[in-house]
Amino acid sequence: MTSGPRLARKRKIAPRRGDAAASAGGVRGSSPDDTDELVRISTRRLTKRYGELTAVDALDLDVRAGEIFGLLGQNGAGKTTTILMLLGLTEPSGGTARVVGLDPARRPLEVKRRVGYMPDSVGFYSDLSGRENLRYTARLNRIERDDAEAAIDEVLEQVGLTSRADDSTETYSRGMLQRLGIADALVKDPDVLILDEPTTAIDPLGVTEILDLLRDLVKQRQMAILLSSHLLNQVQVVCDRIGIFAAGKLIGQGSMTELADRFGDGTAHIEIGFEFDDEAMAKRAPDLLRAIPDVTEVRPGARRIDPWIVAVRPPAAEGRVRQAILALAAAEGLHLVSLRPIVPSLEEIYRKAVARTLPAHAGAVQ
Amino acid sequence: MTAEPMPLGSSSSEPGGDESLEPFAAEPPVGRRERSVPRAGWMVVARKEFADHLLSARFVVLLLVLGLAAAIPLYFAADTIRSAASTVSGATAVFIALFWLPPNVTDTVQLPSVAGFLGIVAPLLGLSFAFDAVNGERAQGTLPRLLSQPIHRDDVINGKFAAGLAVIAIVLVAVIGFIAAFGIIRLGIVPAPSELLRIVLWMIVTFVYVSLWLAFGMLLSVLVRRAATSALIGFGVWLLLSIFGELITTLVGGFIAPLSGSLEQQFANNSMQETIRRIRPDILYSEASRALLSPQTTDVSTPATVGAAQQASERIPSLLSLDQSFILVWPQVVALVAITVACFAVAYVRFMRQEVRA
Repeated sequence: MTSGPRLARKRKIAPRRGDAAASAGGVRGSSPDDTDELVRISTRRLTKRYGELTAVDALDLDVRAGEIFGLLGQNGAGKTTTILMLLGLTEPSGGTARVVGLDPARRPLEVKRRVGYMPDSVGFYSDLSGRENLRYTARLNRIERDDAEAAIDEVLEQVGLTSRADDSTETYSRGMLQRLGIADALVKDPDVLILDEPTTAIDPLGVTEILDLLRDLVKQRQMAILLSSHLLNQVQVVCDRIGIFAAGKLIGQGSMTELADRFGDGTAHIEIGFEFDDEAMAKRAPDLLRAIPDVTEVRPGARRIDPWIVAVRPPAAEGRVRQAILALAAAEGLHLVSLRPIVPSLEEIYRKAVARTLPAHAGAVQ
Repeated sequence: MTAEPMPLGSSSSEPGGDESLEPFAAEPPVGRRERSVPRAGWMVVARKEFADHLLSARFVVLLLVLGLAAAIPLYFAADTIRSAASTVSGATAVFIALFWLPPNVTDTVQLPSVAGFLGIVAPLLGLSFAFDAVNGERAQGTLPRLLSQPIHRDDVINGKFAAGLAVIAIVLVAVIGFIAAFGIIRLGIVPAPSELLRIVLWMIVTFVYVSLWLAFGMLLSVLVRRAATSALIGFGVWLLLSIFGELITTLVGGFIAPLSGSLEQQFANNSMQETIRRIRPDILYSEASRALLSPQTTDVSTPATVGAAQQASERIPSLLSLDQSFILVWPQVVALVAITVACFAVAYVRFMRQEVRA
């Protein structure tokens, strides 16, 4: 969807890139992450202290090209501080960071040229129109005028603001400002996109559009996206990998399943909907279910129509238990209405992860 | 548009569309766009700020206020000069008197001179274009976005200062040009080259003085979180100096060198007040502009002893040449520049050390 114009733009500035590539060899050797060409963001024991307070504590993080990494955490967990260090806007107290292979503390300009950033509660010059705001960003990135106009048209289209582009941003809603913020981060055609709470004020339909756009960018341009959010379901939907942040520490990172394995309580749950012909059958069912190997607990529904929950330990046995329930239902003449494994939600994982690592904070998360 | 548009997505790293020829496609190039950068970051910022200023309501209002501040005394001064010029024959530097001669509206009402009026209003010009320079960006939430663009952090404050200077220069040239044009038409006198030179020099000193207030406004905008507060502080200081300044210097001067009967002590008190007054930029400026505009001014200090006073009274009135006038107020000009630089330096350092987040 977007590759056509983008490619055209790239070709225009191609000769310059050719020159530059010649000098790239030097950096290559000095980068610690030579082994993985696709790593776009990498931090090793990255630390930031403000006096007594350790905002970010020995953070190890890797984000590769072609993936969306979600940073989850409470307010004040150190998400924004981490992002500012990645952009070279704050000096780390210790550890190293590499963004597109460069140290942001030492070469902030090159990093910022290739990283699109949308800050938390993004703002624009209210006396300028959306388009003029983007034009300023393009100029700051030294994009040639014609290229800039094409790029601005394209990103405005992508975030769905074309019709309002020439209105003053004073008239924009919070959600529109966030869309414009994403457009603003995309104008420079970045390799890495860092979005701090990108969708908090966008309406549900708009969020779907934006998340689709992010997925497209990752797929077609092999962009690396780091987004921080506290909207767990959005993170769950869009992110390939997730890092859970608490009190400056990354207490877990990986895909949803990896996190579920790590922070689950070692029990899988199956939801069963029954339709009982008579009371006798309803009374017998719990015992029948308990007789299945690896079933540890059976919780009948509170009312007749409520589904039952069956706990299985170890979780790996869940598939086999489901088969057994089907067989049982067939043999005993139980009428099944539904049968499905309960996938733990990110919210549950998050709550457990935070509660496990930081017992003191558990209350706050609930 | 072959199979895979942008293999590794590193727009920056690949040499255009020929990534197949480039084995290290994903590698970050060093300063790749440096060569394509015709403008420095501060110039981009300055250009935007400059355009904003010129289109802003402030610009129009200030131009009007300054224009009026010049026009009113100008009108009366021209009459005074016309009547004076006919009697004082052979007087040199008549044209420039337009700037420094306090006009008599009636016998009882006296206005400040054109230069005096401008001196009072000019700080407004500096303050208005700077008081919200940095904290305004913070309040709008544009600062983190601006700083995440590929520019140095000081480009922001340098660019804003440069844009402010440019706007000030434009306003001053416009207003002073207007005064001069009015003078030529109304008085029918063409200024002598030395007079023109004096006006240009005075304009430069005025520019420095307004820059001082610009730097002060910039400092406030860095130190104070809210634009309204920094505006209030800035205009408060301006009011304090221009209205209560004299009162304060009298008070402090009287405290350090008490005024009693003897003539010696009166002189001591006087010179003490003068010393204190010289801390004030508005006094430095008014001394400098008095000496630069009027060749009759041979001394900016009042005598400190009885003997010196006697000597001064016996001096034959004469006109100073331009270079002598300039030497007379050189310290004042240097002090103005120094205060400007100090204000800007503090603003700069504080801005560089501030956290990006509010």
